[in-house]
Parts: sequence; C-alpha cells; structure tokens
Amino acid sequence: MDKYAEQSVSVRLKKNKIYLLEAELKKNWLLYLMFLPIVVYYLLFAYKPMYGALIAFQDYEPMKGMAGSDWVGFRHFIDFFTNYYFWRILKNTVVISVSTIIFGFPAPIILALLLNEVTNSKFKRVVQTISYIPHFISMVVICGMIKVFTADNGIIMDVLCLFGVERQPLLNNASAFVPIYVISDIWQGVGWGTIIYLAALTNIDQSLYEAATIDGANRWQQTLHVTLPGIEPTIVIMLILRLGSILGIGYEKIILLYSPLTYDTADVISSFVYRRGLQELDWSYSTAVGLFNSVINFAFLILANAISRRVSETSLW
Amino acid sequence: MLLLSFAMLYPILYVIFASFSDSNAFMAHEGLLLYPLSPNTRSYEKVFQNPMVWIGYKNTLFILVVGVSLNMVMTTLAAYVLSRKKLKGLGVMTFFVVFTMFFSGGMIPTYLNVQSLGLDNTLWALILPGAMSAYNMIIMRTSFAGIPDSLEESAKLDGANHMVILLRIVLPLSGSVIAVMILYYAVSHWNAWFNAMIYLRDREKYPLQLVLREILIQNDTSNMMNDLSSVEQGSISETIKYAIIVVSTVPILCVYPFLQKYFVKGVMIGAIKG
Repeated sequence: MDKYAEQSVSVRLKKNKIYLLEAELKKNWLLYLMFLPIVVYYLLFAYKPMYGALIAFQDYEPMKGMAGSDWVGFRHFIDFFTNYYFWRILKNTVVISVSTIIFGFPAPIILALLLNEVTNSKFKRVVQTISYIPHFISMVVICGMIKVFTADNGIIMDVLCLFGVERQPLLNNASAFVPIYVISDIWQGVGWGTIIYLAALTNIDQSLYEAATIDGANRWQQTLHVTLPGIEPTIVIMLILRLGSILGIGYEKIILLYSPLTYDTADVISSFVYRRGLQELDWSYSTAVGLFNSVINFAFLILANAISRRVSETSLW
Repeated sequence: MLLLSFAMLYPILYVIFASFSDSNAFMAHEGLLLYPLSPNTRSYEKVFQNPMVWIGYKNTLFILVVGVSLNMVMTTLAAYVLSRKKLKGLGVMTFFVVFTMFFSGGMIPTYLNVQSLGLDNTLWALILPGAMSAYNMIIMRTSFAGIPDSLEESAKLDGANHMVILLRIVLPLSGSVIAVMILYYAVSHWNAWFNAMIYLRDREKYPLQLVLREILIQNDTSNMMNDLSSVEQGSISETIKYAIIVVSTVPILCVYPFLQKYFVKGVMIGAIKG
C-alpha cells in the first residue's frame, strides 16, 4: 500500500470515529446529561482536593494561594520522617490497628457461630437485634458514654476498684487507652459484623452436617470440621481487606477520646494531621503527612487486593 | 448467650436508669445499677430547658431533609447511568467515581477546598461535600442492574426516554433499595459531627451531635444550670449527661428495630458486590 492510500485510510478511520462519537452522543445524550451533576460534584469535591494536596510540596500561605506559594520539594516529608513524633504516631497507629484486628476480628465470627447454634429462631432474632444496636449509636455518644463510665466516679471504675485498682479517671491513663479503644470497638461492631458471616453460614450445604452426624461427630466437631471450613473463604477475604487498611485508623474516635495526657499511646497519624493542620494551621506540613498516609493506605489496599485475588479469586475490582 | 446479650445491652440500660435517677442518690451510689434510684425526670427537664438542644435538633433536621434529598437524587442518577451496560465510556465513568473511594486528597486539602468555595460556616458545608457516597451508589447500581432488560426495551419501543424509564419503571421496582439508601444516608447525617466541628463557628448553626460533644466530651453543662447552687450543679451535671444521651439516641433506636431488615439487606447487596 503506498503512503497516500495509508493516510487516507487513517483519515477515514478518524472521521469514522468522530462520526461514531457523534452518533453515540446523539443517541444517549440524556444519559450523559444525567451524569453531568455527578461529574461536577466529583471534580469539585474529590478531584480538586487531590490537586490541592500538591501544597504538600510547597510552603503554602493562604494569602498567596497555591500559585504564589514557594515550592519546597520533599522538605516536609523529610521533616516528618526525621521528626521525634514520627515513630510515636506510627507505632500507635500500628499498635491500635493490630490490637483491633487480633481481638476485634474474631469476635463477630465467634458470635456468628454461637448464633448459628441457637435453634430458637425468636431468641436468635432478639439477640441479633440487641447486638446491632451499638452500631447505630453515634460516635459522639459512644465516646460520651465511655467518658462517663471511665470517670473516677464512673461505673467501670467502681467495678475495677473491687479488684484493687486505684480510683482515677481512666481516660487520663496512657496505658489504658488501647484497651478502652479496642473493647469499645468490639462492642460497637461485633453484632453488625456477624451479618456477613451469618450469610456465609446459610450457604453451607446441609448434607455435610448430616454426613458428619452419621460419622459420629458431635456439635463441636461439626463446627470445627464443617462450619469453619465452610465460611473460610469469607473469613480470608474479610481479613485481607482489614489488613489493607492497617494504617487507616480513623480520627473521629481518637480525637474524641484522647487528651495531651494520653498522646503517648493515643496519637495516631490521622489525629496528628488534624492537630497540626486544623489546630496549629501548619497547612503544608500536615498535608504532607496526610498525603503520605493516603499513599501508603492505597498501596496496602492494592497489595491486599492482589493477595486476595490470588488466594480466593475474589477481589474488589 | 443470654449473658452475652445482656452484657451488650447493659451499658444502654445503665444510661437509661441513670438518666431517671435522682442526682444525689446516683452520686452516692457505687457499682451496678439495676433500676433508677428514686426516679424523677429533673435531668430531662434541664435538658429540654437548654436552648442549644433545640437548636441542635432543628439544624440536624434541616441537614437531614436537604442532605438526604440531594443524596438520593445524585445517587439515583449515577446508579442509573452506570447500570446501562451498553453505554460507551462506562468503564471510564465508573472508574471516575470508584477511584474516590480509595484515594482522597486528605483532610487538609478538603478543608481548604470547602473554604475556598465559600462554604465554611454554613450548613451547606455539611451537605454538599457529602452529596453522594460511591459505596452506596454501587449498592444501588447492583440493584438496578438486576431489573430485567426486557422491561426497558419495551418501554423504549413505546418511545420512552431514559428519564421516563428511570422514573416510571426502574424506581417503582426499587422500593427496598431506596429505603436502604435513605436509611444509610439519614443515619450518617444524623451521626456526623466532625465536619460541623471544623467548618462551623456560629453556635446557632450547630447540629445536635456537636451540642452533645460540648456537653459530653468537653464537660460543659453550665448553661443548663444557671439557677442551681454549685453543690447541686456538681451532682446533677452527671445525670444530665445520661439524660442527653437518651434524648439524642432514642429517635434512632425507636425506628431502628422496624427497619432492621432493610439495613441488613443493604449489607448483603454490598457484600455480594464486594
């Protein structure tokens, strides 16, 4: 084919493409129009802040705006990594996260298994209803309850006193912060977490139980050898996804519960960002810390997803 | 099992008992509480006399009504468009929305953005930035995608456009997912406090949760007790806290058992997708 013909083919193809695009727009213009508000919303409230995160590489001053502020490269990141607080908040984030996983992750599985053994369906429903309730109580109220319960005249202190613990506002005690956080977290989430496992339990083939009974397995053995393997894929996926957000401890509960007295164990990356940014108005530095956290979270999530795909052929995308 | 569910329920019962207790008797009491001590409703009277509680309720109600309406319009539109399997550019459009679930600009750029749009210190700062949730949109899209194509095809033959199909065919068939969405959004607006804390400066704009935070976390019950002696103040401020927890949580807990199956349904649809 000579050059001229080649060119004309490509021109024709291009024309064809434009024509197709026009036809598509003409046919589905209403659909694209319906999607327009969504595009505007995400550009304005999701993608614009992503662009705004570039102030992490600047010395941002609100008066000068982004265009007028000086670029400083990775200085804020380096400042952060060499900061005395870097290891403290990284350690706290990991400690709180890992403790919630170790104690909080198995809790809904155990509760779901227990519920599965309950044969009276009315009783089962009542227990489920009760266990879901804490999920709907707002974080402010949960933390308010924690605060009054653990005050030096609160009910938890009353009980601990019986075991010889000295009366004190427990939330001011740095070594008590993680247990308080984890235990209340379990209380909030255990019931709600069972939903997904209960769904997995209903998918187990009933004939497996019959076979196990014939083989003389008691209920405990059935649980161990039929039920648990049956929900194993669900457990694996949930665990991998949970591990993916290991550095993503939310700030809401932390900043409601912590105080300067407990920063040693309670201050995590996101609460540090909040304090440096919104309380001390250190815009660029806190943005850099936040960006570091977002990128790490994103990387972990992709990693977790890749592992999940390999292990169980299930993935987020 | 019985013991376990009791243990989960007890903190809530304790709050209710304490809120109806006489403040002096409650202060003198130690240990578990199995019934209200010399029951009275003085703490509740104090709570309802506090204008901030009413202001908070009013603002939260406004946010709830306007916010959920906006949420539903946006989510329905996005879910409908993204459930059209043959649409060109579907992949790009879906990615455009879903990517925001996994990556965000972060707290500070988001704050500066809201400020630069001139929304700070208005209730819109609590409504517009959360105009829709990608996660909820996926739940709704999954449900829309389950509606048989044949219905839509026959409507098209009758000359219906997409808006008509959405309003006349898809929505009437999606009662339960709409209920789930309204509930999810309503609960999240009801419980939200952080944005209110960082964006609002005027106290008369505070939603309920922020008023609660002042009282419960920052320990400020003073403007409810101007008329009391200081000794009395010390003791009643405790039971006031319990009363206000009840007042702010009861609306949700009252409707919740009736709606439980919808909430659970939402988790199931989401889980199948995820």
